[in-house]
Amino acid sequence: MELTCPIPDNHFDKITIAHGGGGKLSNQLIQDVLVRELDNRFLHPMHDGAILQVSGTIAFTTDSYVVQPLFFPGGDIGKLAVCGTVNDLVCCGAMPKYLSLSFILEEGLEIFVLRKIVSSIRETAIKAGVYIVTGDTKVVEKGKGDKIFINTAGIGEIIPGMDIGAHQIQSGDKIIINGSIAEHGIAIVSSREGLEFGTTIESDSASLQGLLKALYDAQIPVRMMRDPTRGGLASSLNEIAVSAQKGIILYETEIPILEEVKGACEMLGFDPLYVANEGKILFFVPQEFSLQALQVIKDQEFGHNAAIIGEVTTGKPLVTLKTILGSHRIIDMISGEQLPRIC
Amino acid sequence: MKYIDEYRDINVVTALSKRIHEVAKHSWNIMEICGGQTHSIMKYNLTSFLPPKISLIHGPGCPVCVTPLEKIDKALALASNSRVIFTSFGDMLRVPGSQGDLLKAKANGADVRTVYSPLDALKIATDNLSKEIVFFAIGFETTAPVNALSVIQAQKQNIKNYSVLSSHVLVPPAMELILSSPDNRVNAFLAAGHVCTVMGYRQYHSIAARYKTPIAITGFEPVDVLQGILSVVTQLENNTALVKNEYARIVTEEGNENAQETLWRVFETSDQTWRGIGTIPKSGLRIRKEFQAYDAELKFDLTGIKSTESANCIAGQILQGKLKPYQCNEFGKACTPENPKGAPMVSHEGACSAYFRFQNI
Repeated sequence: MELTCPIPDNHFDKITIAHGGGGKLSNQLIQDVLVRELDNRFLHPMHDGAILQVSGTIAFTTDSYVVQPLFFPGGDIGKLAVCGTVNDLVCCGAMPKYLSLSFILEEGLEIFVLRKIVSSIRETAIKAGVYIVTGDTKVVEKGKGDKIFINTAGIGEIIPGMDIGAHQIQSGDKIIINGSIAEHGIAIVSSREGLEFGTTIESDSASLQGLLKALYDAQIPVRMMRDPTRGGLASSLNEIAVSAQKGIILYETEIPILEEVKGACEMLGFDPLYVANEGKILFFVPQEFSLQALQVIKDQEFGHNAAIIGEVTTGKPLVTLKTILGSHRIIDMISGEQLPRIC
Repeated sequence: MKYIDEYRDINVVTALSKRIHEVAKHSWNIMEICGGQTHSIMKYNLTSFLPPKISLIHGPGCPVCVTPLEKIDKALALASNSRVIFTSFGDMLRVPGSQGDLLKAKANGADVRTVYSPLDALKIATDNLSKEIVFFAIGFETTAPVNALSVIQAQKQNIKNYSVLSSHVLVPPAMELILSSPDNRVNAFLAAGHVCTVMGYRQYHSIAARYKTPIAITGFEPVDVLQGILSVVTQLENNTALVKNEYARIVTEEGNENAQETLWRVFETSDQTWRGIGTIPKSGLRIRKEFQAYDAELKFDLTGIKSTESANCIAGQILQGKLKPYQCNEFGKACTPENPKGAPMVSHEGACSAYFRFQNI
C-alpha cells in the first residue's frame, strides 16, 4: 500500500472561500488574475496602499457596481466600473489619474469570468488614461452576493482655472448633451429580460475625459457638468435645478434618441427621460459659447450626435419640457424604479 | 417611428384643436375611459389644446387602480408562501395592500418576479417544477385573452404547478354604473381603444342609445385623443348619441374573434368588486369550472382573507369622475407616488399619479 500525502490542488476554475482567506490562494488569485493584467509602477510594490504624486487641487470620488447581467451589449461590469468613476471625476472638472479597485466575489464564480472582467477593466483604464493603483478582493459564501460586486474610487487633478458647480449656472446658459439618450438602461433591460427589438441596442458606456480636455483646449468656460446615469436626464436635471435654484427648459424635439431605443421605450412603457445613460454628460455653457462648444463636442469620439437640448431660465427651480406638440409639462423626479406598464 | 410619429404630428394636432374650438359652443364633460389615454393627455398636456368649455374626466380604466384590496392581500399571502414563485406585471408590485406591497414582500424574502406576459410565467413553471408558480392575472378585456391562453397552454402541456390569481374587470358595466348614477356629470365617453380592439364595439350601441350619450372609440396618441374629442363634441352639439369608431386603423365592430373565443373558453362573467367603487354586477370574469385546477384562490384556499378599504381614500369618487385628484386632502401630501395611499397614485396610468407627475404649469 502506498501512503501519499495529497498535495493541495491549487488549480481552481471557480472562486472558493479560500481565495478570500488571505493565504496562498488569495495571493495566487491576485498575482495570476489581477496583477498580471493590471500591473503598473504604482501597483507593482504591492504595499497596503499606493504612493502617488499629484499636483494642485484634486477631485476624489467612489462608486459601486452591481449590474446584472455582468456582460451586456456594449459593455460589462468591469468597463462600467472604470467609466463610471472616470466620468464622475470628469464632471468635477478633473482629468482622471488613479483608481482603486475592490472586488466582492461570490463563492462559485467562474475564474474565467473574473479574468474576462479584469481584462475589460485593463482595456478601459488604458483608454481612459488612468492607472489602477491599489485594490482588494473579498470572497463571500454562495448566496451572499450576486457573482461579483466592484467598487472603484478615483482621484483626478482639477484642471487649473476650472470651477464646475451648480452655483456657477446662470440664466440663459445652454445645456448640451454629447449624444443620444437611454441606451444603457434599455440595453440592460433587454438583455436581462431576453427582449429583442429587431436590432441589438448597445449600452453607451464610455469614458469621457476626452470631451473635457477638448472643451478646455478650446477655452470654453464650462459652468456645470453632470453624467445623467441612474434616473436619467430627468433626475439629474431636477437635482441641478434645485441646487442652482434656477428653472430648466428642455426641448423634446432636440433631445437625440435612437429610433430603436424610442421603440423599446414605447413597448416597455418607459419614459426615455428617466432611463439610465453611462456615456453621456450634460454640459452647461454660456449662451455665447454654446455653438462653439457644440462643435467641439461633435468633433470628439463620443460626441458626434451632440445637441443643444435646453436652457436655464429665471423661473422656479423646476424642469419643464416643451413637448413635440409645443405644449409644456413639468418633468418630475422619478419615484422609485420605472415599472413596466400592464397595457 | 412609423405609425406613431404620424399621430404626434404638431400640424394635425393644431388643426384638430382649431376644429374643436370652432365646433364647441357649450360646456361639456368628456370622460376618457382608459388610463393609457389619461397618460397621453397628461404627457402632451392635451388640455392646453382644448377650449376651457371642454372638461376631461379621467375614468376607471386603469387596471392597477381598480384591482380590489382583497386581491392584493391574497397576492401578498401567496407571495409570502415559500413554495410559491409569484409572477406579476411590473406596476402591480407597488399597489398597496392592507399591509405593504409586493415589492416589500420581495424585500422580506418572497420570490416575486416581474414578467411581461403570462406565457413567461408559464416558462418559469416548466423551469421550476418543485415550486408553485402563480401569475397575477389582472386587467380589462385587453389582458384577459392572453391570460386565458396561458391557462389553456398549461392544461395542454400538463403543467400542474401553474395557476392564476385572477382579477379581471369589464368596461361596459362600469360605463353603465357611471351613467346611471344620479349625480353623473359625464356627457360623452372616449371608449378604450385597446379594449375595443379585442371585444369590438357592438355592446356600446345600446349604452349610447339608452343613456343618450355619444361614444367615440378612441386611440392613445395625441391625434387619436383629439380626434375622439372632436367626434363626441360634434355629436353633443348636434344632439346625437351614436357610437363612432375613431380608431378604425385597429378596431373593427366585431373585434378580434379569436381572442374573444380564447377568453370565453376559460372565463365567464361574474360580479366583481372594483377598488374604490364597490361591487358592480356582471362586471368581472371568473375562471370556469373546467379550468378550476388553475385557479390560485381554490388551489391555495385563500377564502379566509377578507379586507376592507380605508375610508380616507377618495379613489372611488375620482375613478367615477366625481372629484379631481387635487380635491383629495391627502393628494401630494400623505399620498405621493413614493408612498401611495390609494391605487390611482401607483400606476402611471392612475389618475392621481398622472396628475402628480404631469401637473400642468
